[in-house]
Amino acid sequence: MSNTELSAGQPPEAPEAPTGAMRSQGEPVTGRNIAPQILSALRHNTALSLGVILLVGLLLFSVVGAMVYDVGKAAPLSALPGRPPGGDYPLGTDQQGRDMLAAMIAGTPLTLRIGLIAGVLGTAIGALLAFVAGYYRGFADTVIRTAVDVGLTVPGLLILIIIAITLKGNITVDQVALVVASTAWLWPARTMRSQVLTMRERIYVQMAQLSGMSGPEIIFREMMPNLIPFIAASLINSIVQAVLASIGLEALGLGALDTPTLGMTIYWAIYNSALLHGAWWVWAPPIIAILVLFVGLFLLSIGLESVTNPRLRRAA
Amino acid sequence: MFWAYLLRRLGVFFLTIWLAATINFFIPRLSGQNPIEQRLMQRAVSGGSVQTGMEEMIKEYNRKFGLDKPLWQQYVTYLGDVSQFNFNYSIGDYPRTVTQVMGDAIPWTIGLLGTATLMMFGLGSLLGAFLAWPRSPRFLQFLVSPFVALSAVPYYLLGLILVYFFAFRNQWLPLFGGYSPTAVPQWSWPFMFDLVKHAVLPAASIILAGLGGWALSMRGMMKTVQGEDYMLLAEAKGLKQRTLFFRYGMRNAILPQITALILSLGYILSGSVLVEVIFGYPGVGSVLYHAIREFDYFLIQGVVFTVVVAIALGALILDLVLPLLDPRISYGRA
Repeated sequence: MSNTELSAGQPPEAPEAPTGAMRSQGEPVTGRNIAPQILSALRHNTALSLGVILLVGLLLFSVVGAMVYDVGKAAPLSALPGRPPGGDYPLGTDQQGRDMLAAMIAGTPLTLRIGLIAGVLGTAIGALLAFVAGYYRGFADTVIRTAVDVGLTVPGLLILIIIAITLKGNITVDQVALVVASTAWLWPARTMRSQVLTMRERIYVQMAQLSGMSGPEIIFREMMPNLIPFIAASLINSIVQAVLASIGLEALGLGALDTPTLGMTIYWAIYNSALLHGAWWVWAPPIIAILVLFVGLFLLSIGLESVTNPRLRRAA
Repeated sequence: MFWAYLLRRLGVFFLTIWLAATINFFIPRLSGQNPIEQRLMQRAVSGGSVQTGMEEMIKEYNRKFGLDKPLWQQYVTYLGDVSQFNFNYSIGDYPRTVTQVMGDAIPWTIGLLGTATLMMFGLGSLLGAFLAWPRSPRFLQFLVSPFVALSAVPYYLLGLILVYFFAFRNQWLPLFGGYSPTAVPQWSWPFMFDLVKHAVLPAASIILAGLGGWALSMRGMMKTVQGEDYMLLAEAKGLKQRTLFFRYGMRNAILPQITALILSLGYILSGSVLVEVIFGYPGVGSVLYHAIREFDYFLIQGVVFTVVVAIALGALILDLVLPLLDPRISYGRA
């Protein structure tokens, strides 16, 4: 969960959120189509629909924004410096002549991209290692478990800083994502491994073994479908952590300096002491965008939980 | 049983530290650039007053790192140095050593984040316990949702907002720094007051952002404890509410919180980075930030390594001490 010290405020070993994983305790899911369920859930599930609305709104903002607004003005020296919002510059400009609205339109999808790449990579690698460790046990498990134990002890941000600083100067947005992904697999690997451990003792897995299915077959055809709710929850969590980590790195100046991602926007705000100039329009928009993103993802995960875990539905 | 556990635990501890040292050593070299040379060249180009120290520094580096020696030999020397917390000179702050620079900063960080973490732990646990308690005042229930919402905001961003409203718009509290530029550090009441005034905003941003998480986890534990038979018995015996709440409820629910507390104390040194940057607080986080900006490689390595050791040590002590706090935990588990 909070494997980066970015969330230093919170208990690092906060108890795992009750995710859809509970669902997997029951019978295996057969290839049932859950799309209609999701549609009906959207109507009844306030958290889910609010989350979707926030995220879609954020996407629309940058997609439609890019169509109707000149994103080129996100570059330095393309506008009058230090203008408050109003007139030609709806969100004002910063000390180096960036149009803040253009920076937000261009930067939001970049930060989303970092979160998605790192989150998906982290969850995929984590899931793979979790299945190998949890299903095959033995030596592989010992190695993976020790690696995860050690990796989670070291604060992620510090490893990222060391990696990012060696790439400093010529790093791209995708490289930032890869740097973040390099520690993003640890937490998914740990939580999913324990799920796999209990799952491999289930009757249906043993049946599959007896009927002569191979290891990979059992993992992908029998166990994976049952872990999908858990993997989805893990993915959302990984995206949140990846966005947090990337913003942390970028706010320290270790991002792609020539891109207007949300983190770099905050970096320039700190760098130009926007705070002392009272230029609230420079740092408030990225904070609002980050808030919308996090609250949206948070609501989405709560909403998905009650879709995949019917037991929670009545309580919600 | 205990010795096997201790051995395994110590193994993980040293593995962590060795790994941190190794990452510190190899990753910069994998990139194929020499950050030290780059930095020194940069300095040399900007020229001026540093020029005199340059020759001496280059000589020292060459001798110290044996850059002509094979890689494995450099690695062994490096491990030896690091195990004695010898990280060489700070490039940006020459001729001070990395250890000296960090030594100045660490008390600030521990003071600020230690206090903030302890307050957050205390307030959060109490709030969470009250939330789960059926006879607690109603308004508390309404208090928690804003805090949970606040915990969605990264605390350094919350810091920005707080500074804007409490230090910029209304000059109630200082904008930045550990103490006023005009003040002289000394053990006197006015200076202490100044110190506290400067710590209020950074501490508040950490506490506000973290309180919700602590309260929620405590609430969960307190709910579980309330279902226990001994609570029912205690109530049937006619014990006072206060006794029930503190001695029976909180005492039994607080253990996981203490685990989290000890772990987060370990994270203090690194958790501060961005808050200190935003508030210009003279702690380890600011040192790291300036080291990154000035490409002071040794200083970065020193900070990273020290923080990793602190956290690994925290986790180790926790694992050894926890069975003392809760007799139900045995060493064999792991």
